[in-house]
Amino acid sequence: MLQLVVNGAIAGGIYALAGIGLTLTYGILRFANFAHGDLMTLGAYLALLLVGLGLPLAPAFLLALPLGALAAIGVDRALYRPLRRRGSTVLLIASIGAALLLRNLVLLSWGPQMRYFREEIQIAWRLPGGVMLKPDQALILVVCAASIVLVHLFLTRSRPGKAMRAAADNLDLARVCGIDTERVVLWTWGIGGVLAAAAGILLGLEIQVRPVMGWELLLPVFAAVILGGIGRPYGAMAGGLLLGVAQEVSTAWIAPHYKGTVAFAILVAVLLLRPQGLLGRARRWS
Amino acid sequence: MELSGLAAYAVFFSVIAGIYALLSLGLHLQWGRTGLFNVGVSGFFAVGAYASALLTTPPAAQHVGGFGMPFAAGLAGATLLAGVLGLVVGVPTLRLKEDYLAIATIGIAETIRQVFANEPRLAGGVQGLRDIPRPLRGAGAAADNLAFLAIVILAIAAAWWCLARAGRSPWGRVLTAIREDEVVASALGKDVVRFKMEAMVVGSAIMGAAGSLYAHFIGFVSPDAFEPLAFTFLVWVMLTVGGSARPSGAVAGAFLIWGVWTGAEFAVSHLPATVQTKAGALRVILVALVLEAILLLRPEGLVREKKGTDLFS
Repeated sequence: MLQLVVNGAIAGGIYALAGIGLTLTYGILRFANFAHGDLMTLGAYLALLLVGLGLPLAPAFLLALPLGALAAIGVDRALYRPLRRRGSTVLLIASIGAALLLRNLVLLSWGPQMRYFREEIQIAWRLPGGVMLKPDQALILVVCAASIVLVHLFLTRSRPGKAMRAAADNLDLARVCGIDTERVVLWTWGIGGVLAAAAGILLGLEIQVRPVMGWELLLPVFAAVILGGIGRPYGAMAGGLLLGVAQEVSTAWIAPHYKGTVAFAILVAVLLLRPQGLLGRARRWS
Repeated sequence: MELSGLAAYAVFFSVIAGIYALLSLGLHLQWGRTGLFNVGVSGFFAVGAYASALLTTPPAAQHVGGFGMPFAAGLAGATLLAGVLGLVVGVPTLRLKEDYLAIATIGIAETIRQVFANEPRLAGGVQGLRDIPRPLRGAGAAADNLAFLAIVILAIAAAWWCLARAGRSPWGRVLTAIREDEVVASALGKDVVRFKMEAMVVGSAIMGAAGSLYAHFIGFVSPDAFEPLAFTFLVWVMLTVGGSARPSGAVAGAFLIWGVWTGAEFAVSHLPATVQTKAGALRVILVALVLEAILLLRPEGLVREKKGTDLFS
C-alpha cells in the first residue's frame, strides 16, 4: 500500500506540473486549453531531439524547457491571440485543432514508435517499509517538488508573478491598475509551456515517449485541476497529488486499465458536490 | 441490379457521409443552436452502435444478448439509450460553465470505449460484435447499399425537417437566447438548465441513431472503430466548416469534409510507399488546418445564420 502511495505521488507530481500550466492559462485567458497535453508531448520530443544531437540528459532536459515555452507562445500568437476577442468557446475549438496539429506534427517528424531517454535498466533502491524506488523516480519527485516551490516563489515574490495573480483574479481591474495584460499573457504561456515540457520529459523518463502520451494525460490533468479548483495554481498542485495517489491506490481493488475511469469518476463527483474545487471560492457572476 | 464501379462507390460514400451528416445535425442542436460544448460525440455514437448491435444480433454465448430483434427495434433502442446517456452527462455539468461539459464529455467517451474494450461479457471486448443484420437485404451488394442509402436519406430528412422547424419555434428561440446569453435568458424567466438538458438529450439521441445506422451498414462494431479522432473531431470540423447554426450547414459540411477526408486518402495512396506510412498524420494535419483557417477567416462557417429579423421575412 505504501508502494502505491509512492507511485501515486510520482504520477501526481507530474499531474501537478502539467496542471499548474493548464490552470494558469485558464485563470487568465478563461478557456480550457485542450492542446496542453500535446505541448507536454512536444516538450518530451524536443528533449529527445537534443539527446539525439549528442547532449547528455541533464542539459538536454534544461534546454528543452525554453523551447517548450517558445512553442506555447508560438501557438498563442498564431492561433489564440487572433481569436481571443471572440470568446472562450471559439478558443476551445481552436485548441482542439491545435492539439491534433501538434500531435500529428510529432507523429510526422518522429514516427509512432515508443522511445526511451535511457536504454539501460535501473536498479531500484529498497527503502524502509519495503518501498522500491528507482533513481529516476526519486529525481521526478525532487524535480516536481522543486518546481512547485519555484512556481510559488515566482507567483508571490516576483513582479510578473504578482501581475499574473492579479490578472487571474480580475482582468479588468488589473488593466485599470496599469498592468500590461499582453505581457501577462506572454508570461502565462511561457511558464505554462516550461511546466508542460517539464511534465512531458518526466513522464517520458518514468514510462516512455510516445506521440499520444500527453493527450492521454489530459483527462486526469483536467480532473486534477478541477479537483483543486480551476484557475488556482495551488489547487492544481494539491489536486494533482491527490488524484495521482487516488488513482494508484484504486488499483488495489480496480483493474489498472480503469485508472482513467477513476480520474473521470472523481471529476464527476467534484462537479456534482463542489464544482468550485477544493480550494476554489463559490461561483460569482462575472 | 448492378451499378458501375463509380456509381457504387458514390452510394457507399453517400451512406457514410450521410451518417456523418446525422452526427453533425445532432451536434448542430447542441452546439450550433444551444451552445453546448459536446466533445464526446464518439461516445454517444458508440453507445448507439453497440445498443443496436446487441438488440438485433442472434443470441451469443460469449456476451449478454443478442436479442434477435428487428432493425427498427435496434434503431429505437439506440436512440433511446444515447438520449439517456445525454441526460446522465447533463446532470452534473449543465449547471456549470461550458468548459466543464467539454471535459466531462471527453471523459465519458473515453470511459465508454474502455468499458467496451475491457468487458467482453458486456459487448465482446476488443473482438467487438459481428454479424449485425442489415435491413432491406438480398438484391445484390450494390442494390442493398442503395436501399440502405434510402434509409439514411430518410433519417437525415426527418432530422433536418424537425431541427429546422424547431429552430424557428419558440422552443428553438429560447435555445438561441441561451446560446447568446444565458443570464438574459434566465432573467426572462426561462428555466435555462431544463432547456439545455432537452437540447442535450435530443442531440445525443440523434447521434445514437447515427450509431445504429453505422452498425447495421458496416455489420461489425469494435472499440477501435470509435476513436475520438474519427467520430468527434471530424464531426466538429464538419459542423464548423458548414456553419453550425443551421441544419443545412451541418449536412453540407458533413458531405464536404467527408469528401476532403476520403479524397486526401485517395491522393496519398498514389504517393511513394515511404510517404504513405505518414499519410494518416498528414491527413489529420490537413483537416486541422482547414478547421483553424475557417475559425480565423470565416468563423460562422459556409452557411450563415439568418439574423433575428429575417426569421419572419
